[in-house]
Amino acid sequence: MAQKNMSLTKCPMPSLDPNYRNKVFEEVATGYTYEMAIEEARRCLNCKNKPCVSACPVCIDIPAFIERVANDDLDGAYEVLTKQTSLPAVCGRVCPQESQCESKCVRGIKGEPVGIGRLERFVADWHREHATEAPKMPEQNGHKVAVIGAGPAGLTCAGDLAKQGYKVTIYEALHVAGGVLSYGIPEFRLPKAIVNKEVENLKAIGVDVECNMVIGKVLTIDELFEMGYEAVFIGSGAGLPRFMGIPGESLKGVYSANEFLTRINLMKAYKPDSKTPIRHGKNVAVVGGGNVAMDAARCAKRLGAENVYIVYRRGMQELPARHEEVEHAQEEGIIFKTLTNPVEVLGFNNPDDPRDPRNGEVCGMKCVEMELGEPDASGRRRPIVKEGSEFILDIDTMIMALGTSPNPLIRSTTPGLDANKHGCIITQGEDGLTSREGVYAGGDAVTGAATVILAMGAGKNAAAAIDEYIKGKNA
Amino acid sequence: MFKIVKKQPLNPTVTKMVIEAPLVAKKAKAGQFIILRASADGERIPLTIAGYDREAGTVDIIFQIVGGTTMELNAMNEGDYLPDFVGPLGKATHIEGYKKVAIVGGGVGCAIALPVAQAMHAAGVEVHSIVGFRCKDLVILEDEFNACSDKVCMMTDDGTYGTKGLVTNALEQLILDGNEYDVVIAIGPVIMMKFVCMTTKKYNVKTVISMNPIMVDGTGMCGGCRLTVGGETKFACVDGPEFDGHQVDFDEAMKRGAMYRDFEAHKREETCNLLKKEVE
Repeated sequence: MAQKNMSLTKCPMPSLDPNYRNKVFEEVATGYTYEMAIEEARRCLNCKNKPCVSACPVCIDIPAFIERVANDDLDGAYEVLTKQTSLPAVCGRVCPQESQCESKCVRGIKGEPVGIGRLERFVADWHREHATEAPKMPEQNGHKVAVIGAGPAGLTCAGDLAKQGYKVTIYEALHVAGGVLSYGIPEFRLPKAIVNKEVENLKAIGVDVECNMVIGKVLTIDELFEMGYEAVFIGSGAGLPRFMGIPGESLKGVYSANEFLTRINLMKAYKPDSKTPIRHGKNVAVVGGGNVAMDAARCAKRLGAENVYIVYRRGMQELPARHEEVEHAQEEGIIFKTLTNPVEVLGFNNPDDPRDPRNGEVCGMKCVEMELGEPDASGRRRPIVKEGSEFILDIDTMIMALGTSPNPLIRSTTPGLDANKHGCIITQGEDGLTSREGVYAGGDAVTGAATVILAMGAGKNAAAAIDEYIKGKNA
Repeated sequence: MFKIVKKQPLNPTVTKMVIEAPLVAKKAKAGQFIILRASADGERIPLTIAGYDREAGTVDIIFQIVGGTTMELNAMNEGDYLPDFVGPLGKATHIEGYKKVAIVGGGVGCAIALPVAQAMHAAGVEVHSIVGFRCKDLVILEDEFNACSDKVCMMTDDGTYGTKGLVTNALEQLILDGNEYDVVIAIGPVIMMKFVCMTTKKYNVKTVISMNPIMVDGTGMCGGCRLTVGGETKFACVDGPEFDGHQVDFDEAMKRGAMYRDFEAHKREETCNLLKKEVE
């Protein structure tokens, strides 16, 4: 047993210089070296009651994998990880560990918790670069399951079922698999080569991925059952963007964060030879304070913007984004205009020439300052407009990152599938069973916009329930 | 991969392609659209379905060369494959319950108006088609419209073919002649649809138009295709592409449609130069 490392702080994550990285799409955090990983792994006390595991949505045996890292058994560590997660390289990068596993780490009581996410990433990356053995094809059990959506929930559900011998087909609406991992999270935070590799790993264990298939349009859920699938999992995500409903939202230069990020990430508009048009704004305002807002702001900066503002109606303390993302954004020169709320987008108008091409372009944003009042239903202090605080922010591009609602296509084409007034599919309990027999759902399609790891947890629970359902039906 | 079974230039800037896509063909209906990419890492572009053959498993698309992607597409040939072809998306045209309709098509919009006219004709509806082009050289699909219409008004801006004038002149005359249409369906440039709606509003004739805005995913995700209909924000991809023409804010739609005009002009030139080099 290696000696414990009693340092109070995590081994820092190496990352690219902010003034270099805010111009390129290379991955910001470059990852632990082998030596750093061993050092950090030795900080884990391998507690008996494992509080970290209880805070992991997919119940990874965290001390067990870290112990293997400390003992230089990286293959063993990978095996422990992949018993519970199909996407370790992704989780290690985008999970909010500070509010999950690491929040319960005993080392965090006095000092910083163990860098669990960083270690998970290291193990997954190491395996990707060094492993030579192809994943083993599980023995087939002869049952077919269809999964709708190749995002975190769908990929996890498919992976778990495939490992148990099910023949799984994932139907994806876009032209590549990955869901939000491909269209939403930018390259500099989650390289697409890594997402592709995780998808390839699933294909290697027998999962079929059919892209360009919009279920609800090209095939309905009823037709999937007719094709011989015994159960269907819906992981279609929450992609419907919200707008603010203020004047000027349809001006040229106003994007939803979804459109802006999709053009950049999925359609590679950041590459100079890309055929995808994108606006290279000089002064860009991103409205919202979540991770998506940070991603959009950092992309705008990388496209060459001089000033990028995060405009958020509450204060710095209330930003819903991960602390690490906020910090990275600040380092890269993103300007935070908190306690600020837009009330109107202003457009250029040349009264003398209705054919002036600049007509209808964004040329500013009217904002008001806010102050925080009493806590509201969500427990956060309610922002209130400061009287007479109106001012104009000089911008040419506005990106709205206000959250998303579940995609409407499936519920509108599947009779008997119940959804609530927000459009979220209603499920019974944790196993994801919907109002239709044999139809399960999970992830953002059920919860509304949440995190990658919660969607993965839902995919995992549904896979277990589907297995039980099919076995029970055929018993 | 989706095979280009047939390619046919309709006029110098408009091309028809027949694409092998059996699943799309099986479900396609008039008024719906598809999204395609011409190459890996390429842009996703929406095109309204111009026809389909369920038995052969093919879908027809008709497009005008406006930007880099359509130019790239136009350089592809029979036997080549499109990497992506997804659909059918959007809501289908409402066909049932009409006795007499006017179908108005402008320019390449006629390609989208045609399947609507055909579907109406097949349902036993009396169809009057009004098709307009800039000049004789740009006229497309004349025989096809003749085959499915009880009356065809061919209009050109410069009078080099058919009657000189705008589609709105012909439509207004037909209405004044006493034709009572259950609905007018207008598909073409936004400016044309705007003026058709202004004309029909005068006579209180229900009018449906089909939008073809800037779009990315086509499933309700990006919001790029949003437009204002009756004061509400709608997404053309899932709420449309057809809307009540008297409710649409056309001026806003026109401005949004021009968002990437310079970029597209530049990309078209770039792609053109690239193609020239390949030929050399």
